[in-house]
Formats: sequence, structure tokens, C-alpha cells
Amino acid sequence: MKAYDLAELAVRNLRESILRNSLTTVGISVGVASLVAMLSLGIGLQQLATRRLVKSGLFDTVVVTSRRDLRNFNRSDDDNNAPAPAESPALDEPARAKISQMANVVEAYPDLRFITSFTFDSKPHLTMVAGIPASYKNNDAFEGMQGSFFSSDIAPEVILQKAFAAELLGKTAKPGSDEIAIAEIAKPLLGKEMTMRYSERVDASGSASDGVTGDTSTYSIQSHELQLKIVGITDLDPDSMRGSARARVLLPLNLMASLHAIQPTALRDTTQAASRVPTYSTVSVRVKNPTQIQSVEDAIKKMGFNTFSMLDATRSLRKFFAIVDVFLGVFGSLALAVASIGIVNTLVMAILERRREIGIMKAIGASDVDVKKLFFAEAGVMGLFGGILGVALGWTIGRVINVGTNVYLKQQSMAPEQIWFVPWWLVGGAIVFAIVVSLLSGLYPASRAARLDPVQALRYE
Amino acid sequence: MGESLIRAVDGISIRVPAGEFLALLGTSGSGKSSLLNLIAGLDRPTSGAVVVEGKDLAALSRAELAQHRLRTVGMVFQSFNLIPSMTVIENVELPLRFAEVERSRRDSLAREALERVGLGKRLDHRPTELSGGEQQRTALARALINQPKLLLADEPTGNLDSRTGTEIMNLIREFNESLGMTVVMVTHERALAERYVQRLIFLADGKLVDDQANVAVTAAQGGRA
Repeated sequence: MKAYDLAELAVRNLRESILRNSLTTVGISVGVASLVAMLSLGIGLQQLATRRLVKSGLFDTVVVTSRRDLRNFNRSDDDNNAPAPAESPALDEPARAKISQMANVVEAYPDLRFITSFTFDSKPHLTMVAGIPASYKNNDAFEGMQGSFFSSDIAPEVILQKAFAAELLGKTAKPGSDEIAIAEIAKPLLGKEMTMRYSERVDASGSASDGVTGDTSTYSIQSHELQLKIVGITDLDPDSMRGSARARVLLPLNLMASLHAIQPTALRDTTQAASRVPTYSTVSVRVKNPTQIQSVEDAIKKMGFNTFSMLDATRSLRKFFAIVDVFLGVFGSLALAVASIGIVNTLVMAILERRREIGIMKAIGASDVDVKKLFFAEAGVMGLFGGILGVALGWTIGRVINVGTNVYLKQQSMAPEQIWFVPWWLVGGAIVFAIVVSLLSGLYPASRAARLDPVQALRYE
Repeated sequence: MGESLIRAVDGISIRVPAGEFLALLGTSGSGKSSLLNLIAGLDRPTSGAVVVEGKDLAALSRAELAQHRLRTVGMVFQSFNLIPSMTVIENVELPLRFAEVERSRRDSLAREALERVGLGKRLDHRPTELSGGEQQRTALARALINQPKLLLADEPTGNLDSRTGTEIMNLIREFNESLGMTVVMVTHERALAERYVQRLIFLADGKLVDDQANVAVTAAQGGRA
């Protein structure tokens, strides 16, 4: 029988016992819906996590430290055949420049930070200040920022962390009470000036840090003050990778570098015969694409530095989501498995009911294959309709859960998130899966119908 | 399924020339329907041979038997055996679907066959909306649609009153005469058979009891007088 005729006959037969077949189809669609809803939530959550992490710069950043630095992220397994700390190269400006020239590296910037005192409204405040590169503008830490990012990489401007900004205003949130809204803090601060006090390292011979010769052990410290304009207040911490050494005041990186301020590591440098070029405790390397992290890391390690990246963390994260997806898929499929039993039941009932009809068809020339195909087509059509209906239903369920979650997030004063996503492959895949499951369920009834003896079937009343 | 072996048809040997109109007569259980099913290819003999158009049905595969039923044989039954969910024209064109005939051609062939049995106007009715005679006409149209060489009729008038029965028998005779179709009819009404057929075969307990040729000639003289 031709495919079109087959489909037409199948649909007409399904219409004959419309209630039973509709219920079976609804059964399939519920199965498909649970599958789609589960997977769409799994995919949505994974995308949410990935989106957040990629934007945070964790995925595409390698943190480089010198092996001389005792406080570095020491990964002893890697370091077995590494040179002794004293022999390893210094993480200085030439090393940074070399790293930034490497393939697939977008930028390599030093981590400049120190603790210093700020004066605002003639009151002193002590805190950590750090320089951030212009590329941080796209970091999602600045997503909900009040005000604007630095106008240039050298501008005497400052972005404050919300907690520090609150401290400047003398508003400290009591534990347990609601947080102060960021806009409320930003209003009186944006555009205001504050003064930063910092210490410049000056060689005894004269100018700062340009020395070619000279005894490093003789240098003096000059105290300076710098007027800074508050341009932004940020809620989140852009620096989350650095744990306890979080900066609460952010300056443009180049401005920071030009200050030649004493770094926390400088003290140790004085005990070593270091060169006069700037030496960094940490250099952050941004890679074009998260997939290139490994090769860049390897190349930097070859130079004799320690590296750290979130690659391992992302690997296990991906694994985690793969497992979550499998679990969600299995639970979703369970409903579909139950639905497939419904198909078998419906079709077996149909054989009993249509015994005579099958006999007639065989008597007038239908082959076993024709009969088998017809029952198969009926299962397939139920699968197709069930699949389409199920995808629509699953999409709706996912959407409702998404809306519900966002209502909850809003109540908790958090930004709305898309936790649900139905990609096209899931739509197509779910419908195909529904059809395949239905066809498999139709296997037994179809072959049973095909084997029916026409003489007996015609005698059946 | 625990059925004991019954010899429904036992040691019957007959030869039917092309174009003959033949009746199988006997009481119920005499094996006449079983013999018809064997010729139709609905059933297979446990031993012996059923040769139709030069092919031994006993040696054919299931698929080949289906082709035999589709192309060589047309069947009508006592209980019409129309598919209730289909309209008259859909019932008639159903064998053409199995024969994979194009839709448009199917439609014209079905209309033609229905015209032939005098049902050109009730195409879109369902079998349940038709009288018994009309249902049997539909079944006849369906049997004709593939232009088979052999028409097998199992008690075709059994569910009809005598007037409608006569109409159906006239139609069958017309097919036999105008289309040269060989007709094998099962019946237990000897009088009816004698009026139409050329040859009577009597069965009892699965065995051939009597074989009378040239019946219709004598019957036509006596029966219609």
C-alpha cells in the first residue's frame, strides 16, 4: 500500500474510536511533555550557569603566578620537575609582555592592588584598592552598576564596591535587615570626589622605578595624594576569583600602574636581588576562547610559571550538567514508557475489535505486510500527534515554571533569569522520539494483526 | 488451540473449465465453504493441490496467496463483509489501494463498477444505511474491481429475500456471461442453483457425492416454465 493511502487509512481508523485513541494520544503527549519540560529546564539551567560563568571571566582566564611567590596557587603535582623557586623566572613586565604576545591570548594584565587610606567627607577609610583593565567593562559584575565605567584607562576615576560606598555614607546594613538599595547609595556619591593616599616607591638615586643600576636595598617611600572622581557603584564583586584579597575600590589599571605604588609583594622583593623593572605577584591572562585555556596554560607553564584556571572546575561542571540532563531525561522518559504501554493496549484492543475488518481486508487481497503497516501507521500517527501536542504542553509547563521562578526571584529582590530553554533539536528530537516509541509499541500488535487467520477472522462475529 | 483435526474437505477432485458457472451444494458442515476458502487462497490444504490459473496454491507463500486473492479472485459473502466505517465507494476501491492503483484511477474504476451493479447514486453512504440487496451489490462491485478471472460467492443470497436474491443472481450470471468470469457459488438452495448454474457439485461430510453437468439447460426448460 502506498504511504499516503496508508496514512489516510490510519487516520480514518483512529477517528473511528476517537475517544480511546485521543486518550492514548494524550497519554503519549503527557510523556513527551514531561520529557521536554525536564530537559528544557536542565538545558536552561546549564545555559544560565554557563552564561554567568563565561561572563564572569572565570572560563577564559588563566591566573599566572611566579614560582618564587610562596603564596601562589601551588599545585605540587605539576611541580615535581619544576626548577627550585629561587631559579624560576620572575613574573615581571617582560614576562607579562611575552605572555600577552602568545597565540590565542587576548590580554595579559598584572594584578595591582594595595591597602590604603581614602578620605571622603574628611573622614579616613582604610581599604583594598585594585586596578582593573578596560576589558572588565563587559564583565557581568558591572551589569547592575550605577553610574558608568571609567571614561578612559588612565582617568582619575574610581568605582566603588557597594559595601564600601555604604560605609562612606555611614550606612551599614544591620545583619538580618534588608540590604540597602544600590540606587539609594549611588545618588549622593556619584560625581563626588574622594582622596586616595598612597606610597610611591622611589629609589635613593632619584626617579621612580626606571633604574638600570643601583642597589635595590636603598629606596625611599614617598607619600602622595590623588583626587579621584566617583563614577560608579557596583553591587557585585568583579574579583571573585581572588578570595579574601578582595578590593573594594577599583581604579583604571593604567592609572594604577602609573602610580608605582608599593605592592604587598614589594617587601619580599627587597630581600631578593630583583631587577628594577616592575614585578607582579599575579598576572591574569584572558584567552580568546575557553577551549584554548589548556594550550595557553601549558605554554605559560613551560616558561616556568605557575598557572591556575577554572578549566577543571568547568569540566566537572559540564559533567554535572550532563548527568543532570540524563537523570531528567530518564524521569521524563518514564512517563513516555507508561504511555507506550497505553499504545500497546489500545492497538491490541483495536485488533480484537477489528478482527473481522482485518479478515475482510485479507480476503480481498491485503497482504500480511499491508495489515502490519496499517497498524504500524496508526501507532506512528498517534506518536506524531502525541509528540506535537507533548512538545507544546512541555513548552508551556517549562514556561510556567520559569514564570513562577521569576515571581519568586522578584519576591526575593533578585533579577529575573531564564531558567528554561527549548532548543529546536529538542522539539524535533522529542517528536521523533515519540514516534519511535509509538512504533516500537506498535510492533507487537501489528505483527499479531498480520498473523491473523482470515478464515477465522471472518467467522468471528 | 486444542482443536481436533477434522477433515473438512477430503479426497475431492474436480476440474472447473474457464467461464463455467458452478454451484457447490450441501448441508452445513459438508465442507463446501472450506473448499471455497481453499480456492480463494484463504486457507491451505494439508495435502493435495489446488491449481488455479496454472499455479498450485498449496505451494505459494503467504504474500503470493495475498496476490492471488487480490488479482485472480473476487469474493462475495453471505454477510456482505463490507467495512462499516467506510462509504460505499471507499469499500469498493479498497482492493485497489492494496494493488497500489493511483487515486484518480481508483475513483473512476470504483464508480464504473458501482454503475455496473446499479448503485451509481449511493456512493457516499455507509453500508449500514443500505438495504441488504444494496450491500451485496456493493460487495459485488468490490469483487469485480480488480477484474478477476474467478468469482467466488459464499451463499450470496443467504441473507436476502427471494426478490433481491434473484436480482443478485441475475447480476452474477451477467458477469459470468458478459465478462466470461468463472463463478463458483456455495449454496444450500438447490432450486436457486438449478435456475442459474451449469454444473452442480454435491458434497457431504467433506466428500464429493455427485457432479451434475449441464444443469441450467434442463432447469431452464423445466424451472422457468
